[in-house]
Amino acid sequence: MKAYDLVELAGRNLREAVLRNSLTTIGIAVGVASLVAMLSLGVGLQQVFGKRLGRSGLFDTVIVASKQDFRTEDDRRNRPNMQSGEIKSLDDTARQTFEKISGVAEVYPEIRLTAELRFAVDGKAERPHFAAITALPTSANNSEAFEDLQGKFFSGPKAEEAIVLGEFARELLEMPEDTRQSDKQKLSNEDANRLIGKELTLRYAERATNNESAIAPSDSNKAKAADEAGANFDFSVVRREKKLKIVGVVNTEPYGGMRSVSRGRVFIPTGLAESMNFMQPSDLRTLMRASKGKTYMTLIVRANKPTQIPVIQETIKKMGFSTYSMQDASKTLRYVFIFLDMFLAIFGSLALAVASLGIMNTLVMAILERRREIGIMKALGASDIDVKKLFFVEAGAMGVLGGVLGTSLGWTIGRVINFGTNIWLQRQDIPTENFWYVPWWLVVGAMVFSVFVSLGSGLYPASRAAKLDPVQALRHD
Amino acid sequence: MRSDLEAIKTIDVRRHYKMGTNVISAVDGVSLTIRDGEFAALLGTSGSGKSTLMNLIAGLDRPSSGSILVHGRDLAQMTSEELAKYRRHTVGMVFQSFNLVPTMNLAENVELPMRFAEVDRAERNDRVQDALKRVRLSARLTHRPSELSGGEQQRAALARALVNRPKLLLADEPTGNLDSKTGEEIMNLIQELNSTLGTTVVMVTHERALAERYATRMIFLGDGKVLDAGEQLTTATVNIAGGVQ
Repeated sequence: MKAYDLVELAGRNLREAVLRNSLTTIGIAVGVASLVAMLSLGVGLQQVFGKRLGRSGLFDTVIVASKQDFRTEDDRRNRPNMQSGEIKSLDDTARQTFEKISGVAEVYPEIRLTAELRFAVDGKAERPHFAAITALPTSANNSEAFEDLQGKFFSGPKAEEAIVLGEFARELLEMPEDTRQSDKQKLSNEDANRLIGKELTLRYAERATNNESAIAPSDSNKAKAADEAGANFDFSVVRREKKLKIVGVVNTEPYGGMRSVSRGRVFIPTGLAESMNFMQPSDLRTLMRASKGKTYMTLIVRANKPTQIPVIQETIKKMGFSTYSMQDASKTLRYVFIFLDMFLAIFGSLALAVASLGIMNTLVMAILERRREIGIMKALGASDIDVKKLFFVEAGAMGVLGGVLGTSLGWTIGRVINFGTNIWLQRQDIPTENFWYVPWWLVVGAMVFSVFVSLGSGLYPASRAAKLDPVQALRHD
Repeated sequence: MRSDLEAIKTIDVRRHYKMGTNVISAVDGVSLTIRDGEFAALLGTSGSGKSTLMNLIAGLDRPSSGSILVHGRDLAQMTSEELAKYRRHTVGMVFQSFNLVPTMNLAENVELPMRFAEVDRAERNDRVQDALKRVRLSARLTHRPSELSGGEQQRAALARALVNRPKLLLADEPTGNLDSKTGEEIMNLIQELNSTLGTTVVMVTHERALAERYATRMIFLGDGKVLDAGEQLTTATVNIAGGVQ
């Protein structure tokens, strides 16, 4: 039998028992809707978390350190006695090389220091405060932490501006001690305005480069050896002051790299921090080493997409540096979501499994009702395969229709629940999110799955109809 | 139209059924030959095996043993797909209870065998019209079987049986559910097809008078055996308008 005849006959048969077939189709639609709603919730949650984690900067960065400073367990095991000549220094040349790796968005040094900050609140006398200062690149503006920023972000990479952490803002404003730790609560706009636009004086230690060698000239052999090794790089420590304009108050600390032992409370632009030549704790260590110029303790390499991290990390590793990223943690997270999606899919599929029994029941009933008709068709020349195909097409048609209806229904349910949830979130003063997301693959997949399940359910009835003895069938009343 | 060619030849055909521990021989060693263009009537009492033999010739059932040769091809050796093809192209069937599909109108019922035979769509309408015209039902194209009389339904069934232009028309008690006048009308039509188109007709009936009047040969069955294979009767003269002279 030709395809159009099959479809036409199947359509006619479905229309003949329109109520029963409609109910069966609705059953499939409910099953598909449940599957779509569950999976779209899983996908939506995954997206929300992925977006948030992506914006946290945890998953799109690789922290690079020289093997001299940061050696992994593997390095120690495989190369216990590394020679200093083999160690690549993490200098500007290395930085430029990293910038050229495909997929790298930016490379910036991790700068953290503890310094004295002086601030005069409401015209009173200046008071000193000690705080950890963290440099942030301008790209940090997209970070989740700056979502509820009061004021504005740095106007440029070298702007002499600062953003302070809510907790430190309370300290600056000399608010009572017991209210300072309540970092979950935003500073009131009134309090924030008491800080924004005001000046903060930063007192810090600058690493001022000396032109003369620190090694005594009398010891000419040692000086020569040191020169050859490029150690003609010593410095003085000079106390400096810098006026910074407070431009914003942030409630959560943005991600700033690996060494987050001391919590950053004041943030300044990385460009500015680099130009200020802060004295870093690592500088003392570097001084003792043979070095040809300024080296970095660590560099943060940010990728355009988190998926590019493994390749970038591997490339840098091959260059001879120690690397660290949160990819392993993200892998675990991916597994968690795979299990969550699987659980939701199984839960959603239960309704579809019940619906598939409905299809089977409808088709088996149809065989009983159309027994004589099947006998007539066989007497008129229909083959077993023709009869089987006819039942298959009927099951498939119910599956297609149920799939389309179910996907639309699932999508609508998702939208309605998302709408309701967001109203609730708004009332709780929490930013709204799209928890339900129906990607195209879910739409196509749900429809294909619906047809697949329907055809699977039609398998037994179709083969039973095909095997029907025409003589017996024709005798049936 | 009758020739000496063998249309149907059964060789020691048996059809046994198991009913619990008993074996029932519905057809028990039937050997007979029906020639091309013949109008044969299978006669016998209820349970004589005539309908079973008819189903075997129609390819709806398979013999337990023996051979059924239709135009030289043994139905017993055919696969189910080949048998379906045989039913589609070689055989047309008419039943006592008409067996029209109640959910289809007449045109659709008549079109049904052409769907299985994969006849080109453009050709189907003309063939439906022709077949229904031949049985004088052109005005009832869109009527459902339930809207027709018994005679009309059987005429429609006849049109459906002939639409694929079969060489063999098998009629199982075609007048069994009809009054005598309508039955006569149907028999005239069958006879007309036999004589004008040369279609070999095998008709199952228990009405001897009907067989004597229309068939060219009577085969008597009893207890699944051929009691009398019958010889060719004088060819009935057909009046196209109906009736036999």
